[in-house]
Amino acid sequence: MTAYLVILVIILFGVAVWQINKVFKLLQPAQPEDSEVASDKDNNTQGYMMLGFVFFIYWILAYCFWKWGNVLLPVAASEHGLEIDQLMLVTMVLIFVVGIVTQWLLHYFAFVYRGSKDKKALFYAENHKLEFIWTIIPVIVLAVLIIYGLFTWTDIMSFDEDDDPMVVELYAYQFDWRARYGGLDNTLGEANVRLIEGINQLGVDVSDPNAQDDKVVTELHLPIGKKVLFKMRAQDVLHSAYMPHFRAQMNCVPGMITQFAYTPNITTKDMRLEEDVIAKVKYINEIRTAKNIDLIAKGEEALEMYDFDFLLLCNKICGSNHFNMQMNIIVETEEEFNIWISEQGTIAETLKK
Amino acid sequence: MSEHANDHDDHGHHHKETFVTKYIFSQDHKMISKQYLITGLFMGIIGIAMSLLFRLQLAWPDHQFTVYEIFLGKWAEDGVMDPNVYLSLVTIHGTIMVFFVLTAGLSGTFSNLLIPLQIGARDMASGFLNMVSYWLFFLSSVIMLLSLFVEAGPASAGWTIYPPLSALPQAIPGSGMGMTLWLVAMGIFVASSLLGSLNYIVTVINLRTKGMSMTRLPLTIWAFFVTAIIGVVSFPVLLSAVLMLIMDRSFGTSFFLSDIYIAGEVLHNQGGSPVLFEHLFWFLGHPEVYIVILPAMGLVSEIMATNARKPIFGYRAMIASILAIAFLSTIVWGHHMFITGMNPFLGSVFTFTTLLIAIPSAVKAFNWITTLWKGNLKMNPAMLFSIGFVSTFISGGLTGIVLGDSALDINVHDTMFVVAHFHLVMGISALYGLFAGVYHWFPKMFEGKMLNKKLGYIHFWITAIGAYGVFFPMHFIGMAGLPRRYYTNSNFPYFDDLLDINVVITVFALITAVGQLVFLYNFIHSMFFGKVGSQNPWNSTTLEWTAEVKHIHGNWDGPIPEVHRWPYDYSKMNKDNSNYVIAGQDFVPQHIPLQDNEEELSH
Repeated sequence: MTAYLVILVIILFGVAVWQINKVFKLLQPAQPEDSEVASDKDNNTQGYMMLGFVFFIYWILAYCFWKWGNVLLPVAASEHGLEIDQLMLVTMVLIFVVGIVTQWLLHYFAFVYRGSKDKKALFYAENHKLEFIWTIIPVIVLAVLIIYGLFTWTDIMSFDEDDDPMVVELYAYQFDWRARYGGLDNTLGEANVRLIEGINQLGVDVSDPNAQDDKVVTELHLPIGKKVLFKMRAQDVLHSAYMPHFRAQMNCVPGMITQFAYTPNITTKDMRLEEDVIAKVKYINEIRTAKNIDLIAKGEEALEMYDFDFLLLCNKICGSNHFNMQMNIIVETEEEFNIWISEQGTIAETLKK
Repeated sequence: MSEHANDHDDHGHHHKETFVTKYIFSQDHKMISKQYLITGLFMGIIGIAMSLLFRLQLAWPDHQFTVYEIFLGKWAEDGVMDPNVYLSLVTIHGTIMVFFVLTAGLSGTFSNLLIPLQIGARDMASGFLNMVSYWLFFLSSVIMLLSLFVEAGPASAGWTIYPPLSALPQAIPGSGMGMTLWLVAMGIFVASSLLGSLNYIVTVINLRTKGMSMTRLPLTIWAFFVTAIIGVVSFPVLLSAVLMLIMDRSFGTSFFLSDIYIAGEVLHNQGGSPVLFEHLFWFLGHPEVYIVILPAMGLVSEIMATNARKPIFGYRAMIASILAIAFLSTIVWGHHMFITGMNPFLGSVFTFTTLLIAIPSAVKAFNWITTLWKGNLKMNPAMLFSIGFVSTFISGGLTGIVLGDSALDINVHDTMFVVAHFHLVMGISALYGLFAGVYHWFPKMFEGKMLNKKLGYIHFWITAIGAYGVFFPMHFIGMAGLPRRYYTNSNFPYFDDLLDINVVITVFALITAVGQLVFLYNFIHSMFFGKVGSQNPWNSTTLEWTAEVKHIHGNWDGPIPEVHRWPYDYSKMNKDNSNYVIAGQDFVPQHIPLQDNEEELSH
C-alpha cells in the first residue's frame, strides 16, 4: 500500500511539474519560433552548419584528389607542354591557398558571429587602408601571373620559320581526321574544298608542283625532338584539333588556315613506360575486363584490351558524332619515322592508280 | 526629379482594374515582376529537367532509360538517347538557363520589383513599355519551347550556335527549323531585354525620390542600373549576329561561311568567316555573364548587410568595383577565343584585360567577408544563400584565373573544366542570388506572406552540398582532358576511367534537383498560405519596406517618403556611444531624418 502511495505521489508530482511548466510557457509572450524570421536558435544551428560546411568543402577537395588524382593527364609530351604544366602548378598553388583561406574566413565568420539578442554588431563602414591592401595584393599577384603567362604564351605561339619545322596539315571533316605531310620538299601543295573530287578527298590542287609529293595518311606519326608546324583546315564546320598530351589545341575553321607548332619530346613507347600511364592503362583494363564479363554472359563481343596511345580529339561541337572523332598519334624515333613515311604513297601515285 | 514623381501622387488607385489589366496585361511593376519570376521559374524547371536527362546519359551511357522514351519520344527509341538529341538538350539547357532564367528571370524580376520601390517611385518610367517588355519575353519563351516540337528537333549547335554548324541543316538536323525558331526567339528576347533595360536606366536616373542621391542608392539599384547599361551596349550586337546568321541561312549571304564542302557538294559561299561570328557573339556573350552575376551581387550585398546588422563594408568601393567590372566586361570577350585562330597578339591583350577583371572581383569578395566580421548574423534562408553565393563565387572565380590565362587555356579550353568553372561562378552563384532574393523579398511580392524558413534551410543545405558535389569532381574530368559536349566518354577506351566520376556527379545532380522541389512546394504553398509577417520583417532600412503591404498601384498610399541617409545605417551608435541612434532599434530606415544625438557621416 505504501509503495502504491509513493508511486502515486511521484506520478502526481511529475504531472504537477509538467503542468506548471506548461503554465509558464503560456505566460511567456508569443514565441519567436512562430515567425518565419530566424530565431536565436536558428542562428545557432545554422552557424554550426556553416562551420561544418567549410570542412565539407575541404573534405570534398581532399577526397577528389585522393580518389581521382590518377585520372589527370600524365606528364606533358611536348617541350612547351612542360612550361605550361609549370605555369599551371604555380597558378594552382595560388588558387588553393587563396581558396582555402577565403573559404575559411567566410564560413568561420558566419559561425563565430552568428547572431543573438544579446549581441551587437560593429558599425564598421569602411577602412581605406584595408581596402587599399586588398586591392594592391591582387594587383601585384595578378601582375606576376599575367607577365609569366604572357611570356609563356608568346613563346608557344611565335616560332621561327628558320627552325625549319616539319609541316603537317591536319584536315578535319565530319567526323574524322586526315593528316597531310609536305613530302620531300616539306611544302604543302595548294588545296581548296572546291577541288574535292573522287579520291582527292582533301581538295589538293594536283597541278601544283608542291603537291606532287604530299602524302595523305590516316594516322599521325611524328619524329621525336623535331619541331612540327601544324596547318589546320576544316571541310565543313568548325572542329578543334585537341592533343591533350601535348598541351596543344587549335580550332579548324572552314575558309581559313590556322596553325600551331610544338616539339614532341617523348615517344609513344617511352610514354607507355611512365608510371602514371602504366597505372592508368591497368585501371582502364580492369574496368574493361569487368565489362567483358557482362558482355560475354550476354553473348556479345568482348572489348579489346587497351594500350596507351596519344590522341588527337575533336574539341569543338561539330555534329552527331562529335564524341567519336579522333586519330591516333604515334611519336617515334627519327629512323622509325623515316621508314614509316617512305612507305606512304604520294598524292601523285595515289591519283594515278 | 521629385517634382515629376510627385505629379503622380494621386494617380493609380482610382482606376477600376479588371482581371485582364490586373493579372495579364498589367502595367504595375510589382505584377510584372511576379510575371517575370514565375515565367523564369517555369523555364528553369524545364532547363534543369533537361540537364538531368543528359546527366543520366553521361553517367550510364549503356543503360536504356524509359524516362528518355517518355520525354524524348522518337528521339530515344528503346530508351537509347540519340546523339543529336543529346546535343539539343545541352544547347537548349544552356540557352534557357543563361537567357531565360538568369537574365530575364533574375534581372527582370528584381529590377522590376525593387527599382521603383527602393528609389521611391510610383512605378517604372514607362509602365506600358515595361508590359511590352514582359510580353515579348513571354512570346520569346513560347517560341523557344515550340522549337522543341519541330520535326527535325530543336537547335543543337551548342548555346553559342557557332556557324557553319548552326547555319547548315546538312551538318546537323537541329540546324533546320529548330535553329530558325531559336534565332527568332532570341531576336525577340533581345528586343524585350532592350525595352526592359532602357526603362530601368531611365527610371533610376529620373524617378529617384527627394534626397535619394546616387550615393544613397542601395547596392541592388546600382547593380541593376549598371547591368541595364551593359545590356543596352551589348545585346544589340547579338541581334546583329542573329540577323546575319538568318541571312546566311535563308537568303544566301556569306557573312560567316566560306569554302564549305558538305554532303557531297561544294556550297557557293565564299569570303565569310566563322571567327567574325564568334567575335560578335562573345561581344554580347561575355558581358552577358556579368548581366547575370551583377544583379545577384547587388541582391547579396543588400541581404548580407541587412542580416549581418552591419553596413556593407566599403560601399563606395563596391560601387567602384561594379563600374570597373562593367567597363572591363566589354573588353574581355576574346578570352573565349584564344585558340580560334585569332591573332596570338590579341590573345595577349585579352589575357591582360581578363586577369584585370579579377581585381574588382577580389575586392568585392573581401568586402563581403568583412561585412560578416563582427556582425550579429541573422541566419535567415536569404542570408544562407548569400553566404553560399560568396563561397561559390570565390571557388568558381579562382578557376577563372586558369582559363583567363591564354597559355593555360590551350589545354583546358572547351573541356569539362570550363563547364565546371562557369557553372560555379555564374550558374550556381547567380541561382543563389535569385533564391536569396526570393526568400528575402517574397513578403514584398506576395503582400506580406513569408516563405517557410525550415523548408528554406533544407533547400539551402541540399543545394549547397549538391552544387559542390556536382561541380568539384567535374574539374577533374576536365583536367583529364575530356572535351565538353561529348555524348559519351566511353566510346573509345582512353576516358573509361572517368565513368565513375560521372556517376557521382549525376547522383549529386539528381539529389540537388529533388531538393529544388522543396523550394517549389514552399513557393507555391506560401503564395497562398504563407504566414504573414510584419511590414518590415527583416528590420531593413530601405524604402520598399515603408510601402504598403497590400499592393496598390503607386506603392505608397500617402506621399512618397523623402530620403535623409544612406541605406546602411545598421547598428549605428549615437554620439556618446550609449545606445543605438534610435534607442533600442539597431537600424535607421532611409526616410528617418538625422537625429539630434547622431554624428553625420559622409554618405
